[in-house]
Amino acid sequence: MRGRYRILLGAAAGVGKTYRMLEEGRQALDQGVDVVIGYLEPHDRPDTVALAEGLEVVPRRKIEHGGVTLEEMDVEAVVRRVPELALIDELAHTNAPGSQNQKRYEDIEEVLDAGIDVISTVNIQHLESLNDLVFELTGVRVRETVPDRVLDEADEVVLVDLTPDDLRERIQAGKVYPAGRIESALQNFFKADNLSSLRQLALREVAEDVEARRSVVTFDDPLARRAIGDRILVLVEPGPSGQRLLRRAWRSGQRLGADIDALWVHPPGDSLSDRDRTALAALRRLAVTLGVHFLEEEDGDFVAAVKRVAGDRGTTYVFWIAPQERRLELALGRSQLYRLIEALPGIDIRLSADRPRGRQEPQ
Amino acid sequence: MSFFGLRRSPKAGSDRRVLVAFSGRLDPVVLAAALRIARAENAALVPAYLITVPLSQPFDSPLVREVGQALPVLEGIEHEANRAGIEVDARMERGRSLRDGLARLWSEEHFDRIILPANPESRHGFSESDLAWALMNTPTETIVLRPAPAEAA
Repeated sequence: MRGRYRILLGAAAGVGKTYRMLEEGRQALDQGVDVVIGYLEPHDRPDTVALAEGLEVVPRRKIEHGGVTLEEMDVEAVVRRVPELALIDELAHTNAPGSQNQKRYEDIEEVLDAGIDVISTVNIQHLESLNDLVFELTGVRVRETVPDRVLDEADEVVLVDLTPDDLRERIQAGKVYPAGRIESALQNFFKADNLSSLRQLALREVAEDVEARRSVVTFDDPLARRAIGDRILVLVEPGPSGQRLLRRAWRSGQRLGADIDALWVHPPGDSLSDRDRTALAALRRLAVTLGVHFLEEEDGDFVAAVKRVAGDRGTTYVFWIAPQERRLELALGRSQLYRLIEALPGIDIRLSADRPRGRQEPQ
Repeated sequence: MSFFGLRRSPKAGSDRRVLVAFSGRLDPVVLAAALRIARAENAALVPAYLITVPLSQPFDSPLVREVGQALPVLEGIEHEANRAGIEVDARMERGRSLRDGLARLWSEEHFDRIILPANPESRHGFSESDLAWALMNTPTETIVLRPAPAEAA
């Protein structure tokens, strides 16, 4: 039988994931569970090192690469040891060349397949589907990513949370990075705004995970299903941003177990350019591939059309590209966004930032 | 490449389009070449992930597993195009075979240039016969690119 998989998710390095993993390992040990450390990244943090003392450590595997000796988790040794619980830090880690698996999360799958329970850790920015968003929020492109299915397939995902101020205090106090890196860390990745955005992402991810697990429960009564299940309405426009929004909504829909409708609203008599007509056809084809219901409404009042369709379809969640509205429209209360919020009480609206055309990113 | 090696942004809304069609994964060398070509032509890059629908399945059935594989690949390409300052308009296209998917795509949309990765040794590239067929039937100028040597094995 496959082992149980518990992932400790954090918004950033330093929130205490590894510490929490060791604490849980020690608690299990005290309760008589056979626990080993499969891999630990103590990052030279004295508290972490102290907490690991007394826990059995499976020796690491040494790999020679380019004249350098690298150390990785010895998967075979962990499996041979057959503990009840293995603590394996940093599942997003990329193994040294020559390792059996390219990534540590693949190593962990082998350990789980051997019937061993695993507690592991990961930061939110490593999730593949959030890579783009994390870059947009923080300006930092994360290279080590893991597929979302890793979180989906875990038995439990637990948020290890720390407020941005508390984390910055920990960094300032030298509890996360050595003295020489503190200022640079605080001025760059660990700016309060970045940490706040990452924390929101982590909170949302865990909330969606909880929701997804809850919605696995099946209801025989269609009315009950309608009342409890989510239904997403994606407000699309022909073009690349419409394609991106629909794909993003599909991913959320998968996680929430929600059905998805895509809606294109256009004014009566509006004629499309050849380019838009082609883009619309492509959007329809994408909807078919994704299993999304594509709806088209001819209405001069965009908000009224959305309200009508959302009511008919039992929408609980709306996805939209943030509209670029002029200050005057906002000042006069004619904002489409405000009108939409007012028109859809009780429906969550998720705004997605449109990516500028061919924006160059820092190298 | 513009003056002093600085990269330029494409003209917003350029109507020129360069298609690079593939399945499974896109070789980084091919992607880099496709981006260079798109930049040189001031065109949008259209990376198209081709999904083969087995005959045992209705053609219009949702393809959850395949979409799950295609999404991160397309997002990765979009990141790279974005980094390079190239407009990108990704597609996921279906067909009963790679050829069928390609034919459907170029019958639906106009492309100024088509790029096909050759990789007869791998299921991710177009086979020799696929390429021969494509060159006979393509509606526009088509470039066949070899993958990196290590990828071809």
